[in-house]
Amino acid sequence: MSADYVLQTSNLVKEFKGFTAVDGVDLNVERGSIHALIGPNGAGKTTIFNLLTKFLIPTRGTIHYNGRDITRVRPAAIARLGVVRSFQISAVFPQLSVLENVRVALQQKEGISFCFWRSERVLERLDARALELLDAVGLAEFARVRTVDLSYGRKRALEIATTLALDPELMLLDEPTQGMGHEDVDRVADLIKKVSRDRTILMVEHNLHVVSKLADRITVLQRGAVLTEGGYDEVSADPRVMEAYLGTSVDDGEPETSLKLEVPA
Amino acid sequence: MRINKLYLSLLVLALLAPLVLYPVFLMKVLCYGLFACAFNLVLGYGGLLSLGHAAFLGTGAYTTGYLATRVGLTPELAILAGTAAAAALGALFGKLSVKRGGIYFGMITLALAQLVFFFYLQAPFTGGEDGMQGIPRGELFGLLSLEDNLTLYYFVLAVFLLGFWVIHRTVHSPFGQVMKAIRENEARAMSLGYNTDDFKWLLFTLSAAVAGLAGSTKALVFQLASLNDAHWQMSGEVVLMTLLGGVGTILGPLAGAGVIVTIQNQLSGGELGNYIHMIMGAIFVICVLAFRSGIVGEIQKLAGRGFSRQGR
Repeated sequence: MSADYVLQTSNLVKEFKGFTAVDGVDLNVERGSIHALIGPNGAGKTTIFNLLTKFLIPTRGTIHYNGRDITRVRPAAIARLGVVRSFQISAVFPQLSVLENVRVALQQKEGISFCFWRSERVLERLDARALELLDAVGLAEFARVRTVDLSYGRKRALEIATTLALDPELMLLDEPTQGMGHEDVDRVADLIKKVSRDRTILMVEHNLHVVSKLADRITVLQRGAVLTEGGYDEVSADPRVMEAYLGTSVDDGEPETSLKLEVPA
Repeated sequence: MRINKLYLSLLVLALLAPLVLYPVFLMKVLCYGLFACAFNLVLGYGGLLSLGHAAFLGTGAYTTGYLATRVGLTPELAILAGTAAAAALGALFGKLSVKRGGIYFGMITLALAQLVFFFYLQAPFTGGEDGMQGIPRGELFGLLSLEDNLTLYYFVLAVFLLGFWVIHRTVHSPFGQVMKAIRENEARAMSLGYNTDDFKWLLFTLSAAVAGLAGSTKALVFQLASLNDAHWQMSGEVVLMTLLGGVGTILGPLAGAGVIVTIQNQLSGGELGNYIHMIMGAIFVICVLAFRSGIVGEIQKLAGRGFSRQGR
């Protein structure tokens, strides 16, 4: 395996009862790059995400991370190896405060998480770092707010801060700007650019504006398989991509079904 | 702080209560209260509905009864051993059950608890249907006789406070923080690198230990360990106590236990004694339909989340 690739999949296949959501995908994510997965609804993007983060077990094929076979590793172990994901539906801990959301991630590396006999005050030493991370995503002033009370855009920003707390080598972002207003989209895009400096990012993104701005490399998926791969100019000039996106309205029924299958359990 | 004031006034109340109320009744409330608090740890903070917690109450009671009667251990050692036995059983149950969620978890714990129940029914040392009777209250550290109800009451209160403190600390510990995260969003907690099953297992084991502590203490109070303690009805009763008092509130289960034990005591002598299960059933239905957050939960709502940062 070449050392230039952080993540490589080879002939990755995921079948759900008689339906192939991911069909022989070879993906090579270069170290230090921002790699985007795009494709119409039902192309298998989220399924690939769930396979990479072990929330789903592949039917066939292998996944290598830094040259190591991680095809059968458990989801929590992946995170400790340095692969941390975000979710399509904003994944925060609603009843915890904003600060606690980030702190619970920071806590993971402290090795005190099983200490049921110690006071939670020992966690206060992580507050400074948590505030720094919140500041980076523009949420410092909301540190004490209960997370459920945050706006949607801010919850997504919090999710990124929480993911960053683990200082992952590879960040997997599942539609980070989905459902956001214009200003939020730009802010999050800038944020992703900023945090990509010393890590690799693989993102699923619908917003082509964001993709064009951020992605070094783009893989276009269609019906579970790779349609094409390349830089933005290359990919956007490809007539097959235009067709996949604009569609010929032949298969409108099928993507709906597959979309449902992609909702993580 | 308001919380500390509340705890302090409750403590004063508990210290003075035996001047007004019958100590054995109070001890019953404390034992069931502790049992319910332990149960609430898995339901309220772990989101796991165990239907087999009676197994731990019963194991604590039988172990303590056996060791105090046959081996002649002093009460504190007998209680300690009962707690340890329940914790060990909890660790085993937990290994077999926490991987499954929802109804499967409930069913597995119920099935395992039934196994334990039939073991106690058949085992030669438990006294079968009659239970283990005449368990000596003994002398604390071999020095202080616990025969007197009032003396025993203060000992039981101390045990309760210890158990309650363990639960309170667990909830407000780094571990408790992760548990809350798991309850709120398990997939996310996993993606942050937490093996959520391991955390649930530890929580379940801790809960079993405290339930055992309650059972052990109860065996000394009533000088009896019986099949009732390990019966599935007991597992159901503790669900009722917890729901009535308020799931996920730190004081709710104690309040719920207080209400249930009072009702049982008031009714068992009188004409309504035969209808006791019907009345409890009705309370359960009303509680689930009308005020889901339970007694303490409703008070907290009224007080605007004042009592505890914990909230629901």
